[in-house]
Parts: sequence; structure tokens; C-alpha cells
Amino acid sequence: MKHLDIAVIGGGLLGSAFAYGLSADGGRVGLIDEGDHAIRTARGNFGLVWVQGKGLNMPDYARWSLRSAYAWTPFSEQLHAQTGISVEYHRPGGFYVSIDEQEFADNLALLKQLRNEAGEDGYDYEIVEPSALRKQLPEIGPAVPGATYCPHDGHANPLKLLRALQEGFQLNGGVYTPRARVTLIVPLKSGGFEIHCDGGHRFGSDKLVIAAGHGSAELGHHLGMEIPIFPVQGQVVVTERAEMTMAYPTNYVRQTDDGNYLLGPSARDVGFNDETETTTLRDITRRCTTAFPHLKRLRVQRSWAALRIMTADGFPIYLQSEAYPGAYSFSCHSGVTLAAVHATDVSRWVLDGQIPSRYSCFHPERFNVPA
Amino acid sequence: MFRRRVPVLDSVTIWFCDRAIDAAVDDSVAAALLADGIHFFGRRPVSAAPRAPFCMIGNCFDCLVEIDGETNLQACLVTVRDGMRIRPHPGNGSGDRDDKGKA
Repeated sequence: MKHLDIAVIGGGLLGSAFAYGLSADGGRVGLIDEGDHAIRTARGNFGLVWVQGKGLNMPDYARWSLRSAYAWTPFSEQLHAQTGISVEYHRPGGFYVSIDEQEFADNLALLKQLRNEAGEDGYDYEIVEPSALRKQLPEIGPAVPGATYCPHDGHANPLKLLRALQEGFQLNGGVYTPRARVTLIVPLKSGGFEIHCDGGHRFGSDKLVIAAGHGSAELGHHLGMEIPIFPVQGQVVVTERAEMTMAYPTNYVRQTDDGNYLLGPSARDVGFNDETETTTLRDITRRCTTAFPHLKRLRVQRSWAALRIMTADGFPIYLQSEAYPGAYSFSCHSGVTLAAVHATDVSRWVLDGQIPSRYSCFHPERFNVPA
Repeated sequence: MFRRRVPVLDSVTIWFCDRAIDAAVDDSVAAALLADGIHFFGRRPVSAAPRAPFCMIGNCFDCLVEIDGETNLQACLVTVRDGMRIRPHPGNGSGDRDDKGKA
């Protein structure tokens, strides 16, 4: 049996960010990954590093997203320096483009409320009228009534991010074990854990981080932790590569460093179904070509669906077990945006042995209605 | 780099720019060009890097060419036709982003 200081279960964007951050401290860290038959949410991301519009009724989440946006520049630079992999992070600010008056009004009301809730912290955004918008995004369509701009928004290549995190983790001396579905977690009297996997792998660890996406709910039960998460499907369309015309990411369209446009993502509750279907893809392309008519000239290369890890209020779950304080469970749907704080702040919580009280707002007890 | 495993029985003539190429009737355009030693199919739109087919099954879009005046066609998915005129995909090389992400 291999002994680890910290075992991280889950090789997606959360688990890989924790494994990267935790291994930087020098301890023996293992990343235990189920395999490609798992629900691979981290292969389906849109790639926004996004602040705008987030955190309604929870200013702490707005602050948390902003904190990660600020941490992203040094984080991505460090990843690049260490692994040689550019994750193509750009932070020119982002536009929320509305395609009709009602949507525009709703978005303005949302941002106004977020600014009110933020109080003296402030909540940065500007309203951009169509004439000004055309200067920033020349391809914007005539139906667009306006947009909002937030200087903190950006985007990155989520696949390269995943690869860089796992590469950096291994360069830090971490041990990656693929094809190892965890079947049993046994808490030990000593305070540590024994982890049994398919394929005969067995690990002992002093600390344990469960970051297994949709698998976290089941794994939490081994330690008496309730992780109330459910899937929300998102579909994404990618076009052929085209010349670079879009200098900013937007809420539904972004152009990658290779010139491809990503369109989407949709949001549908269809259980664990991860197949695309025509009506949703049609809605995505209609919406995006209304905002940017030049996209009509491009060929679609492919489309895919992935399953977000959602909570009832949309905010993360950061939980330390009360019964077994060496165990943590972390879940959220913003694995790209929050990667920078996951690799730094959250990893530090685990190393220090405690989630600071100012982050208790992310404890799942918030879902329990008092009797 | 590539050679045919079976001889061409029924052939057609296609054109890559000004070059006449003998192809088997059931070749894809990509296969016919590769068999004739052509490894340059066009350029990436942003970086202007040269490219050639990678997957040959319609996924990678690195075999885009212009065929009979129609641009952006996947050479691996189009079957040759006698007299077909093929040109490389024009990458305009609009350059990389600056560090503000602007094109």
C-alpha cells in the first residue's frame, strides 16, 4: 500500500488544481483518477474566466470569483514557466451581449443589484451602447440593443489548463494514478484514511480531498458527508478556424487563439444525459449568429455536451468533514474561473488543516432549511 | 512520405494549382494529393502555419482546401472528379494576439 500525505480523488479541473497546489508544498501528494468512462466534465468546458453577473444574493461568491480573476495572471504565468504549456489566458475584459431589449433590461437590473449587494467593495461594469460596442466588437449584429463590459473577465483554453495542471503536479513530484475508480474509503482511528480502488490500487493517506465531480456525492457517503449536487447539461458548438476578429470574449461567443469560435454554452436539466440534440444546437447558433452575424459564413466543426456540477444556488460547496477533519470535499461548476484560487487559497486551507471561517458561506449547511 | 499500396486501375486527372495529378477514381482529394507527394494543403488562418491532413476522417479540419472555387472544403471528405481544380487554403496570417488578447 502506497502512503501519501494527501490523496486527491478526481482528475478533473478541481482535483488537478488541488493536486498541483498541494504538491507545490513538497509533501507526498497522489492524484487518483477514475478513467475515461467517468463523466469527464473537465473535457467539455467553454473556457471563460468570468466574473460579470456572478454572485446574486451571495456577494462572497462575487468576491471569490474576482479574487480568482486577479490570481489568474500569476497562476497562468507560473504554469507556463514551470510546464512550458501556455493555457492561452487573456484578460481583455468581457462583454455580456444581449440580443433583445428584454434581455438587456434584465441584465442591467441584475448588475445593478449585484453592485448594491457589493456595497463599498464595488462591482465593476460599464454599460456599452451599440455605437460604442461596434468599435470594440466590429462584427456585432444590428439587433443587439447593447452590452455590458466588465474589465475583469477573460478566457483560457480549458484543455490546455487541465494538461498543464497535471503536468505541473507531476513535475512537483506528485504521483498520478489513472484507471483507479475509488470503491471504498475507510477512515482510520489514527485520523488517516485507507483508499481502495479498482485495479487493485490501495492508498493510505493522512489527508483526503474528494473532488470527483458527479462522483463526489457517492464518495462523500463513505465518510458521512452529504454533497447535494446535480447535473446541468451544457452544449457547445465549435466552428472552423477563421481570421482573428474578436478581441474580447463574450457571454456566449469567444474566439480561441487558433481562430475557432466557441458558441454556447446552453443550460438544460436532462439528468445524466450527455448527448447533444438539434433543438438546443439550433438555439445556440441562432442566438450567437444574432449577436454576431458573420458567424453564419463559417462551418461548424463539431459540437458536444457536458454535465456541469450544479448546486441548488449555483455556488460552490467547500466542506471539511466534522467527523474526520482530515477529509475535504470540494465541488463547483466554475472549474476554469476558480482554478487559480483552487490551486492557491483552497490548497492552503487543506495544508493548514482548516477552512477559514470567512468561507463558511460555502458550507452545504446553507441548503438545510431550519425546522 | 506516402505511397500507394495498390496500383491505380481507373484514373482521373485533377489539378493542384498548375500541377496535373493522376488519381484513382475513388480517392479522396486528400489521399490523391498525399499520394502525389503534396504535403502543403494551406495555412492556418491566425498563425499562417502550413498544414496537412492529420486525421483523414473529417475531424481535424487541417486538410481544408479550395475546390472548383468553393473554399473551406475538407479534402479528406471529397472524392476526386476528373478535371477538378484544387487550390491551397489561404491563411491570411493575421498574426497572434498581443497580451491584451486583441487580435
